[in-house]
Amino acid sequence: MSYKIYEINEDLLDVMPQEIRDLQFKATWGNPKRGVMDLPYSKELIEEHSLCAGCPESMALRYILASLPNPEDTIIVNSTGCTSLVFPHIALHTVHSLFGNQNAVASGIKRVLEWRFPDKVKDVVVLAGDGATVDIGLDCTLQSFFRQEKITTICFDNEVYANTGGQESGLTMKGHVFKMAPKGKQWDKVPMWQLAIDSGCHYVARLTVSSPKRVETVIKKAIYVAREVGPTYVHLYTPCILEIGLNSDDGLDEMRQRDKERFAFFEYVSEPAKEVIERKKEEGLL
Amino acid sequence: MQTSTERVIYNRAGQRVVSPDYLLFEAPRTKHFMTGSEAVKEAVKRASVDASVSYPITPQSEAAHLIGELWVEGYVGVYFRGESEFGVMSEVAGCALAGARTITTTSGPGTLRAFENFPMWAGTRIPVQLVLMARGVNAPLSIQPDNLEVGFLLDTGCMIWYAENAQDLFDMILAGFVVAEQPSVHVPVVTVVDGFFVSHTREAVMLPPDDIALPPYNPYKAPMPVIDAEVPPGRFLRDPFVMKSNYISYATHASWQWEVRSAIERSRPFAKHYLRGLIEEFGDPSAELVFVACGTAAAQSKEAVRLLEEEGIKARVIKLKTIRPFPIEELRQAVKGAKYIFVPEFNVVGWLEREVRRYLYAYSDAEVIGAPRVAGGMTMPAEVIVKEVLKLTGKEVKHVI
Ligand SMILES: Cc1ncc(C[n+]2csc(CCOP(=O)(O)OP(=O)(O)O)c2C)c(N)n1
Ligand code: SF4
Repeated sequence: MSYKIYEINEDLLDVMPQEIRDLQFKATWGNPKRGVMDLPYSKELIEEHSLCAGCPESMALRYILASLPNPEDTIIVNSTGCTSLVFPHIALHTVHSLFGNQNAVASGIKRVLEWRFPDKVKDVVVLAGDGATVDIGLDCTLQSFFRQEKITTICFDNEVYANTGGQESGLTMKGHVFKMAPKGKQWDKVPMWQLAIDSGCHYVARLTVSSPKRVETVIKKAIYVAREVGPTYVHLYTPCILEIGLNSDDGLDEMRQRDKERFAFFEYVSEPAKEVIERKKEEGLL
Repeated sequence: MQTSTERVIYNRAGQRVVSPDYLLFEAPRTKHFMTGSEAVKEAVKRASVDASVSYPITPQSEAAHLIGELWVEGYVGVYFRGESEFGVMSEVAGCALAGARTITTTSGPGTLRAFENFPMWAGTRIPVQLVLMARGVNAPLSIQPDNLEVGFLLDTGCMIWYAENAQDLFDMILAGFVVAEQPSVHVPVVTVVDGFFVSHTREAVMLPPDDIALPPYNPYKAPMPVIDAEVPPGRFLRDPFVMKSNYISYATHASWQWEVRSAIERSRPFAKHYLRGLIEEFGDPSAELVFVACGTAAAQSKEAVRLLEEEGIKARVIKLKTIRPFPIEELRQAVKGAKYIFVPEFNVVGWLEREVRRYLYAYSDAEVIGAPRVAGGMTMPAEVIVKEVLKLTGKEVKHVI
């Protein structure tokens, strides 16, 4: 529909909390050129969060929400984990159903919305932790790629099950000692970005969230390609500072460090995706 | 039927939209000979269904294939095969959250693989319909009929209805959407039928014409905001979280659980109307010997009543059409004067006996006998039921089995 659905009844304007009024007067609805540079001046779509102080997941969420080209018609599907604590604070349609079935729920939503609103753009974005995406939910994740669902999947890779208190995940580094891996993780980190390419994603990126502008470009490319071509996948390193024992102001440094090694920026673009990206650049949307 | 002054409305498939009452009770019907699976297809064809997701498991697969055919023919909007039952039940949740009238089917182990989704369906108040063709649960491996999994489903927050035969199944599927989608109800409905006995046998089914259909689902009447970005975002339960450690969140969670159960209770008058009562009675109303059963067990009990008549024993059957909501008052009324209540079942645990005892406790002096029980795919010949009765009455067992 339109951002008008967020408009407050005139008679209630004076009694509405400031943050709700700001959503009407200072949010960046209806502007596909919106981006992270608007953050200091506009109303963010995330009000506050209940993550640990300084958790890079909170930065990632801010940048992603600021970069959605079409927030008024975007549905975000989430899974259980640290991220899910944030969703009640987001001013968009969000769905949390279970742990690991996010890509399946999103597939149903996307297909029905395409059918119900053939003339409208409705973006469906999945956002979940590495445990949800790559372990318990791997089947649903990959199968949604196989089926060429037109959804964008964003994985917050903190290399651990953080929300349950620091258990090893499929994305933990080999040898790392975490709870439930008391002798150290026995096998290598799952190269999910490669699995995504092999499984049919048309745009795949791996990066940290140390650079807001880069997050913005990646998210926009992923959404535009998903909208027109097929599944896209974004792998973000969002370290769990709590479980790796960093201070709340160390997250950024940690990511900058990893930018140079295992989370060095990597991008894959399929042929049909290239065409979309070029066109969006020409339209000044990227 | 519309009068000439009314505007005729057609659904997306080009069928004329009629009221549920017209479709279920008034439209002329013709006799067709078909399997239970085909009856599912016929019901879906007249139900203005928006979406269906499928996964194979015997004996349900054929019904899911036939819904796929309806998609090709344009009667169903969205259809695909999911990755597993867990995936499918998640996908249909997505379809329903996005505003679609949604149906899916499964059986036995598939039900259990999908299980985490059912309380989630109820908790998100989506009116999905699951047609469950009950089948044994492994192990040992079995594809035979058995309805053990229904016992697991009872307390998920879904309505549970039980069809006796293909005719029931056809009517219940249509009624299921109508009742589940009432704004005051709006919870999932599981329509159960005994696999093979009904899914794979042919019988006469009376069908209304196929160029009429139920009014399409209107997601904007739902008590929860539909997730389509056409209305302000839903901020309650469809997104998390009620799990902060404080009394408000405990109370919120608890009251929501009660609300889901209350929604099932509120379905009673609608179910009563569209199913023509929550129970059906058969046999001599004065008989002191009563069978309480659902599904195929009710059909077999009716046969047993006929055989017992030859033995000079008067008996009757109370068939339960809904298990959630449980027809408490109806059953209490119906068993007045009963001395013996037999509960024949197609499973080893006797979940229906448990339910019957629970609701008759302190309301009936009759002796409740949880027998006979068959499982693992065995049929329940009427003679087996008769034998149980004769054993009790001390009579000689004449019918050879
Ligand atoms: C079926 C099921 N199993 C286990 C859990 C417990 N659980 C909650 S969050 C979580 C881990 C989440 O890890 P991840 O997806 O990596 O997200 P993070 O918390 O690290 O952001 C687990 C195992 C659950 N909620 N549901
Ligand atoms: S536990 Fe780790 S991932 Fe979760 S909020 Fe805290 S720092 Fe972030």
